[in-house]
Amino acid sequence: MIAILDYGSGNIRSAHRAFELADSNTVVTKDPQICANADGLVVPGVGAFSACIDQLLAAGGGEIIAERINADKPIFGICVGMQVLFDSSDEKGKSDGLGILKGEVSELDAPVLPHIGWNNVSVGAGSKLFQGIENSYFYFVHSYAAKGKVDGAVNSYTQYGQEFLAAVEFKNIVATQFHPEKSGEAGAILIKNWVKSL
Amino acid sequence: MTLAKRVIPCLDVSGGRVVKGVNFLNLKDAGDPVELAKKYDTEGADELTFLDISASIEERKTTLDIVSATAEQVFIPLTVGGGIRTVNDVDNLLRAGADKVSVNTAAINRPELINEISDRFGNQVLVLSVDARRAKTKSGYEVTTHGGRESSGLDAISWIQEGIKRGIGEILLNSMDADGTKAGFDLEMIKAIREISGVPVIASGGAGKISDFGDALAVGADAVLAASVFHFGEIKISQVKSDLSSRGFSVRG
Repeated sequence: MIAILDYGSGNIRSAHRAFELADSNTVVTKDPQICANADGLVVPGVGAFSACIDQLLAAGGGEIIAERINADKPIFGICVGMQVLFDSSDEKGKSDGLGILKGEVSELDAPVLPHIGWNNVSVGAGSKLFQGIENSYFYFVHSYAAKGKVDGAVNSYTQYGQEFLAAVEFKNIVATQFHPEKSGEAGAILIKNWVKSL
Repeated sequence: MTLAKRVIPCLDVSGGRVVKGVNFLNLKDAGDPVELAKKYDTEGADELTFLDISASIEERKTTLDIVSATAEQVFIPLTVGGGIRTVNDVDNLLRAGADKVSVNTAAINRPELINEISDRFGNQVLVLSVDARRAKTKSGYEVTTHGGRESSGLDAISWIQEGIKRGIGEILLNSMDADGTKAGFDLEMIKAIREISGVPVIASGGAGKISDFGDALAVGADAVLAASVFHFGEIKISQVKSDLSSRGFSVRG
C-alpha cells in the first residue's frame, strides 16, 4: 500500500491518481498509523518552503517521516516535499528543514524564474528510479532547489541557469524536484519503478 | 540539458463545450473539452489551458466538473482561467485538479488579489493573463478588458511590472490585435514584454501557420499557445514540434 501524506499542501489529487496507476491500493491520509505501515510514503509539496514545512510539522509530518527513516522504510518526496528533507531553505527568510539529507535549498541563479516546463535530466550512475527513461523530459515548476551533491546517494542533475539536483536516491529515500505525476508517460514509468522497488 | 519550449493548446470553455470565435465574437462549437484534452495529451501538448468564458454561475460549476474530469485523464499540467475573483475560487480550482490559475479582469479591478493568491499558493501557481493591444500609451501597448473590446486605461508594460512585483509566476500575453486573425503572433509586443519580464512569457493570439510558433519563440517567448488552429485540425502539435526542432529549439519528444 502507498500512503500520500495529506498535510494540506496544494493539489495532491493528481499525485493520488498517478500513484494509483502503479499501485491500486493508494490512499491520501494524515493518519500516523497508516503512514507508518504503508509500503511507501509519498510526501508532496507545493508553494513556498516556509509555509510547507510549517504545515507539515503542524500535521505531525515530522514525526511520521522520522519514524519511517528510523525503521528504514521507503519515502518519496516531490518538489517542496523533496526540499523539506534538506537542512534548510532561504525562501522567504531562512527556515529549517527536516535535516534528513545534508545540504541547503536556495534560489536558482537564472534570468527567468520560476523554472517552469519540461527539462531533461542527467541521470546519476546506478539510478533505479530512471531505469528505461534516462533520456526523458520531466515537468518542473520551482524557483528554489538543492544544488550540492548528497554524499553516498545517486544524484541526478538538471541545468537551468545553473546545475541543481533534479533527483536523489539515498538509502530508502527518493526525491524529485520535478513533478512525476505531471510528467506524462515518463513520470508514470518513474513512479512504477519506485513502486516495483518497494 | 535544456528547458524545452512549450506548446500549449487553449480550450475556451462555455456551457460545457469548447468554443472559438474571432476576437471573442461569433463563437463556434469546437468539441468536448475532456476528449480534446485527451487528444492533445496524446499528440504531445506540454500543458493545457482552459479559459472559462461562461457567463453564469451555473455554467461555472460545469467548468469545475470539466476540470475534474480532465485532471482524471491527463497527466500534464493544467491551467484554468476565467472568472477567478477570490482566493477561494483558486482553492476550488486547485482542488478540482488545476495546477495553475490565470487571472485577468479581477486583478485589474483589485491588484491585491495577486498578492493574496501568491502568498497562499506560491507565485508558481499564478499566471497573469494580459489582453493587450497597440495604443497611444507610454509603451505603445495597453491592457484591455472584455475580450479586447474595452480599454482598462492601463499601460501593458507598467501593469506587467506591477504584477511581477506583486507575485505572478508567468505571463499569458494575448495580442488582441492578432487574436483570431491567423496572421502570426505580435512579435514586436512579445519582444517588448520579454525585455522587461523576469518571469516566463506565453505568447498567444494570431497563430495561423506552422512557422508562426518558432517566430514567437525566436523573439523570446518561453511558450506558445493557440486554440482554433489546433481544434479544427489545421495544424497538429507534432507538426509544430518538428518545425521547432528543425529550427534548433529544444522540444519534448
